[in-house]
Amino acid sequence: MAARKFDVRAYPGFAYITALCLLILYVPLMVVSVYSFNSSESIVVWEGFSTRWYADVFVGSESAKFKVAARNSFFIAVIAATVATTIATFAATAMIRGGKFRLRALSFGLISLPLMVPEIVTAVATLIFFSSIGFERGILTILLAHIAFCIPFAYLPISARMQGIEDTYEQAAMDLYATKRQAFTKILLPLMMPGIISGFLLAFIISLDDFIITNFVKGAGVETLPTAIFGAVKQGIKPNIMAISTMLLAFSIVMVTISYFVSKSGENK
Amino acid sequence: MPQDITNAIDVRQAVKRYGDFTALKTISLSIHDNEFFTLLGPSGCGKTTLLRMIAGFEDVTEGEIFLYGEEIENLPPDKRPVNTVFQNYALFPHMNVLENVSFGLEMLGKSKSEARTRAGEILELVQLSQFGARKPLQLSGGQQQRVALARALAPQPKVLLLDEPLSALDLKLRKAMQLELKHLQRETGITFIFVTHDQDEALTMSDRIAVMSAGELQQLGDARDIYEKPANRFVADFIGETNLIDVIVKSKDGDRVLCEFPNGLTLTCDAVDEMDVGKTGHMSIRPERMKLHQTQVEAENFKGKVVENVYAGTDVQTIVHLQNDMKLAVRTQNSDTGKAMIFDPGTDVFVDVEFGSARLLAS
Amino acid sequence: MAGGAASGGSTQGDTYKEARNWLLLPAWVTLSILVLLPVLLMLVYSFLTKEFRGGVIWEFSLGAYDQFFFDRGLFGDEPPKLEWTYITIFWRSIWQAGLATILSLLIGFPTAYYIATRSEKVRPLWVFLITIPYWVNLLIRTVSMRFMLREEGPINNALVWSGLADSPIQMINTNFAVQIGLFYSYLPFMVLPIYAAVERYNFSLSEAASDLYASKWTTLRRIVLPSVRPGVVAGCILVFVPSMGAFLAPDLLGGAKNFMIGSLIEEQFKGNAGNWPFGAAASMILLSLVLIILTLYARQQARANKAGA
Repeated sequence: MAARKFDVRAYPGFAYITALCLLILYVPLMVVSVYSFNSSESIVVWEGFSTRWYADVFVGSESAKFKVAARNSFFIAVIAATVATTIATFAATAMIRGGKFRLRALSFGLISLPLMVPEIVTAVATLIFFSSIGFERGILTILLAHIAFCIPFAYLPISARMQGIEDTYEQAAMDLYATKRQAFTKILLPLMMPGIISGFLLAFIISLDDFIITNFVKGAGVETLPTAIFGAVKQGIKPNIMAISTMLLAFSIVMVTISYFVSKSGENK
Repeated sequence: MPQDITNAIDVRQAVKRYGDFTALKTISLSIHDNEFFTLLGPSGCGKTTLLRMIAGFEDVTEGEIFLYGEEIENLPPDKRPVNTVFQNYALFPHMNVLENVSFGLEMLGKSKSEARTRAGEILELVQLSQFGARKPLQLSGGQQQRVALARALAPQPKVLLLDEPLSALDLKLRKAMQLELKHLQRETGITFIFVTHDQDEALTMSDRIAVMSAGELQQLGDARDIYEKPANRFVADFIGETNLIDVIVKSKDGDRVLCEFPNGLTLTCDAVDEMDVGKTGHMSIRPERMKLHQTQVEAENFKGKVVENVYAGTDVQTIVHLQNDMKLAVRTQNSDTGKAMIFDPGTDVFVDVEFGSARLLAS
Repeated sequence: MAGGAASGGSTQGDTYKEARNWLLLPAWVTLSILVLLPVLLMLVYSFLTKEFRGGVIWEFSLGAYDQFFFDRGLFGDEPPKLEWTYITIFWRSIWQAGLATILSLLIGFPTAYYIATRSEKVRPLWVFLITIPYWVNLLIRTVSMRFMLREEGPINNALVWSGLADSPIQMINTNFAVQIGLFYSYLPFMVLPIYAAVERYNFSLSEAASDLYASKWTTLRRIVLPSVRPGVVAGCILVFVPSMGAFLAPDLLGGAKNFMIGSLIEEQFKGNAGNWPFGAAASMILLSLVLIILTLYARQQARANKAGA
């Protein structure tokens, strides 16, 4: 957009504040990434470039602990995101393609409940629930809790996508002799796919990211990456934590980039 | 009730209600085999609802629909041998043109290769054979329109339903597609039911037209019928342009009725509806069915003054003021020979209404 | 969550209305058992008697709420006085969350506005830039902030090196650090709804205002702000609500002096020193506060929608 001399939309200073905003958002992440390549034991002084802390994460004294935590985290995130996305896809189909019905508002309230209840409250409630029914805390309790709170995160992009798809597509399919089931699998599902992928990635990241709920419902000795990192940070920030953080950071950025391009390709359809 | 199996579609006493709102009020009509039939009316008149009831996308609240004698109103859309061309085409964006066109055939259980071969033939019919591998959004509006047509024709439906398929095209393309559609209907011999709000389109293409308004059938007939013999005030006003004047019936002589205008002038005309002396009605006179003269040529000519001429290419529309503030619009063909019939504003003229072209309507 | 989502968005057809109960069943079952039922159970727990070593005794008691609001002395036999300890913690949480919200608004509004006035082509890219940090693990972001604010961290180093400060400034373990941490955690939540509102805003209104002799800032205050208010309100709620119950930022950046609700609740469920009914009661009070805010918001939205229709 060419700058006009008297652009009523432009406000002086807004560009600087935007730059400041991006600076605040990115500088801490960049600094940590840079320091993760510091060869020094200390996190204070820069002593030259090295990948020793990355090596330390994989073979160092704490590597076993982090490996188990990482495996737990990814296992839980994959399963929780898959289940939550499946549930959310069905729910979105009912909500967006089910016409008007009495329980619709209530159903939406239920689906978005995990977004409205503060995370720490969900964590307390889930802990109390598992403990009151005598369910032993461990990987399974983490997984169940993650499935539940991932549902709205998967639901939002899927339902948004579905709202953008006119129902004439299914009608055209049925007009051309497809059954309702065929219209769903052959037409609606492929058209929803960008939303489903975004929903899955969002749920995956949310699960991988979660600390508070996991911290409450994990059993003694069971760790995911965030709880392991938190435990380590409590002892003080060490360079190997920065290396792990940088790897997770890179992973998140790859995921969000995939999601961005998937949703972009969806728009062009 | 025995059904006439030679009718493509029989709609019997069909009603459509959405809660308290009645979208269609008890409609009955028959659509003949191999006919280009048009449902015409303003938006919200129920024409699309009727079409969607035939296609199976809307439930029928009351009444029955027959397709060649077979009752279909309780069948789901995928069990009805009719296909639809949607208003915005609804081409599946994730499939290419050939996949779109062969979709219906595959759903009917044809093998993939057979479906593709048949789809290729249909694409040839609509002159798009070279575009089979393209995605719908890589095509122009007119091409997408033809793909939608090909997709709906491929399974050889008994009736083809077209829901305002030309409304998204520009004027020139629309005119060309009108002829192509008409041609395609003749060639395939399939009954077409076409929904539109554009009267020109309806008049150009249709064998018969059903004019609808407010959920009711207003008139059913061929183009000439509904234009020249409108059944009521709505049809007269909706189809083409007309002068509509409130009148009182003064006296009757068989079908010929003497009517009085609010300004005191009188005119003899054909009564469409049975009307008693003293009743009020509407008179419709098409602007092109009147001529302007410098001198009186008939006893019932109106005397008036030209107020304004509007040049419109093929013709000139003249506004004539009659006595007591009554206005008439008169349309005169633009030709060398007709030049004499156009008068400058301010000129005193006589308006001659062509015999038999003024129609008295009760409602 | 902002905008029309309150009603679940509009329906788009009823192709699958026969199947809808079956399609919704998994969501209903999962969320009822794993979220709704636990919250109700938590309400019950807040009225039970505490057991030492964690857990509860199934005996009705108002003890948890009594402990929260009243001080009855060491042996519980003195006349009740208002207990300020926990109310202060709640008040601090609200205060901190409020300051973080204001900070987010001051930075977030101009940013959202700036992004929304870029050309349509680059806008998604800007939005993408703002959302990336949201996708990065909150714990990692908070740790990064702790790293930055440390006494011998990069900010202090830069300040001392440039001569702006004689000696490192104490930033970590202060209220300020918590606000920065909360702000940093939830800033994208402020930017996105405001961005969406400004993008929908019809800029010919601004042109009309300036045509009628309004200055730039008057236009912003009198025309733009009222028009995009729903986005601003949504953004404030999306920052305020999670900030109030936040655990990581206060815990990692605030230290013991700057205790917030999240830490108070967490403490009740850790190890044997905990008090489950008290933790449940504190959670209920937090949840009630949040629900009050959300209800007020929903009401105001409904009223705005009615007025707009």
